[in-house]
Amino acid sequence: MFEVKLDSPYDLVIALAGNPNTGKSTVFNSLTGLKQHTGNWPGKTVTNAQGKYRHKGRSFVLVDLPGTYSLFASSVEEEVARDFICFGRPHATVVVLDATCLERNLNLALQIIEITDKVVVCVNLMDEAKRKKINIDLAGLSAKLGVPVIGTNARDGTGLADLKDAVFKVATGEIIVDPMRVEYDRNVERAVEILEPIVKESVNGEISSRWLSLRLLDGDRTLLKSLDHYLGFEPNKKERLSEILVSVRDVINFEDIRTKDRLVESIVKLAEDICAETVTYETKQHNALDRKIDSILTSKAFGIPIMLVLLGMVFWITVEGANVPSAMLARGFNYLEEQLTALFMAWDSPAWLHGILVLGIYKTLAWVVSVMLPPMAIFFPLFTLLEDLGYLPRVAFNLDSFFKRACAHGKQVLTMCMGFGCNAAGVIACRIIDSPRERLIAIITNNFVPCNGRFPTLIAIASIFIAYNMGGFKSIGTVLSVLFVVVLGVVLTLVISRILSKTVLKGLPSSFTLELPPYRKPQVGRIIVRSIFDRTLFVLGRAVVVAAPVGAVIWIMANVTIGDSSILNHCASFLDPFAHLLGLDGFILMAFILGLPANEIVIPILIMSYMSQGVMLELESLESMRQLFVENGWTWLTAVCTMLFVLNHWPCATTLLTIRKETQSLKWTVISFLVPTITGVIICCTVAQLASLLGLV
Amino acid sequence: MKEKLIPLHMLSPGSFGRVTQLTARDNSRRRMLDLGFINNTIVEALQKSPSGDPTAYQVRGAVIALRSEEASNILVECFS
Repeated sequence: MFEVKLDSPYDLVIALAGNPNTGKSTVFNSLTGLKQHTGNWPGKTVTNAQGKYRHKGRSFVLVDLPGTYSLFASSVEEEVARDFICFGRPHATVVVLDATCLERNLNLALQIIEITDKVVVCVNLMDEAKRKKINIDLAGLSAKLGVPVIGTNARDGTGLADLKDAVFKVATGEIIVDPMRVEYDRNVERAVEILEPIVKESVNGEISSRWLSLRLLDGDRTLLKSLDHYLGFEPNKKERLSEILVSVRDVINFEDIRTKDRLVESIVKLAEDICAETVTYETKQHNALDRKIDSILTSKAFGIPIMLVLLGMVFWITVEGANVPSAMLARGFNYLEEQLTALFMAWDSPAWLHGILVLGIYKTLAWVVSVMLPPMAIFFPLFTLLEDLGYLPRVAFNLDSFFKRACAHGKQVLTMCMGFGCNAAGVIACRIIDSPRERLIAIITNNFVPCNGRFPTLIAIASIFIAYNMGGFKSIGTVLSVLFVVVLGVVLTLVISRILSKTVLKGLPSSFTLELPPYRKPQVGRIIVRSIFDRTLFVLGRAVVVAAPVGAVIWIMANVTIGDSSILNHCASFLDPFAHLLGLDGFILMAFILGLPANEIVIPILIMSYMSQGVMLELESLESMRQLFVENGWTWLTAVCTMLFVLNHWPCATTLLTIRKETQSLKWTVISFLVPTITGVIICCTVAQLASLLGLV
Repeated sequence: MKEKLIPLHMLSPGSFGRVTQLTARDNSRRRMLDLGFINNTIVEALQKSPSGDPTAYQVRGAVIALRSEEASNILVECFS
């Protein structure tokens, strides 16, 4: 029912729960390494990650539950987490707590302890707590809670061996845990006393009868559904139970909201008491540094300027840093191409074979790697660095009011940040938005953030056209033009979000809370490894897979002639009139159309199309690319319109497929295709026509 | 001395308040309770975002940003 992948029936299943931002995924990664498998929870758009590790000769399957503050099921994530702990029958549940924010985190731990005995508490980020001079009495905490408590620092592996030991002991029953009982006020306890024996009969020891009695008292509706689904138990259909429930509710003076409040309050108060006895602060101002940084990074005067400067700096480092390795790679690939060509000549192979393999496939691949790899390898680590520091929630905090005015969700900013890496990833990230209306808005507009497959294209065009004559300020000019395009993308996101909110996705902004987690010292080594392997190579790999066949197709289209010119020419001249309205030409528009599988290959397609026009040159540098483009009639206006069209056109095939999967709807996928496309056509057309009306070109 | 009762979003940055009543309903109420906004909890207003809304609050050791719509459903006794 939960699709846990077991290799053998002896595998031990361990659930991993915790608040968001507690380093839970670091614990997960450190324990399981690369033996992971991700998918979705059955029927839900909630990520389900599972991983394996071995300890003391036993195999463990670790199930990473979604990060939640609570299990009272006010969101799908909480429902998934609760149902797995409750009905998934894990052999043990590990609750990861943030040592620097123990009180709030204990709320979840106490809720889990109520459901199951087999709990191990993992107090993570002990080094951060030490840095902030927060002392935690782990032994005392363990004595209070009645379950093993292990202090860890998952980022450098400290304490993980102890954690595995504790999990082993609890899961195999080597130690019997006796967790504390959360006590409620007298009336609630009296009600539970009456209710519990009857509940116990009905559920047959499948789940904690005390916990279930409490939930029946507070009338948790989503739980009723799950009870029926997993256990075939419907409390409402048990006559005696329903009767007693009604009379018992009289005892506690039942009033829906009040009862829930009383239950939650008892747990929160208990967490407060436990912390008062086990946590000591050496200084009163343990968060002073964080507040000081916040007071600058989110201040009225500097908040937004600092954000733009940081983004600009990331682009500048990317632009400057990518130049040299890009040129080196291009030279290397050119040299290799000559060798390959020589080989083909030596073997006397036919010209078409050399054409498809070398001029088609090889050249396209070489372009994708040499132009895309260096910026990605620089951009991804820089961006992961900002993510690791805890800066991104601050960006959401700074920009929230704009999104509120657009009737959108503040967390949309975080999904846009993911979009910088890859729009498909951005669309998946939209899961963090609970409200379906606002989630759809975020999905549809995610494409207005130029992804990693697009902004190297923006950089290349900006540096050879917009900033070409700026001399020493060339890279600054390039950065500013790219920054301008990005800001335009953000503005468009807001405008389109608002338009969607007023038309097809009518509604008011839903409630939202945003945690600003403590800043953390980033782990530079880890960032580099993670961003290169998980992100850069993944995105590049996908581009390469797509680029190879398209390279072959383009070469064939450019070299097979029908009548007096090639297929490519026929298509391009068909598109030409419309493309000219947009300030582009037929070849450019066709490159975008053929680039549907991946945005990375738009420029290589374009280059090959132009080169097949008879202008043969070795494309060793951006300078020769400029020449090639100019010879094909490019002006600054063509460059501007192309850049605008890069920002605003249909999402790539991967993103479209992801949208289809996430929305489960063809309609919204089509809308996600049309919205940016129509926007792009309108903008490019306006710019091109205005420029020619004013006689600027 | 009697302190005055105000909605949380009126609490000026740098001041403290003690939660006295939660008027939010349904999911929003649940969410606030889970974050620790229960009676007698001390909340500190930290700072407003650049455009004045949302505002960051320190509650039970965590920093949570709330839009004014949400914060207006939490009544606090102000004691700066």
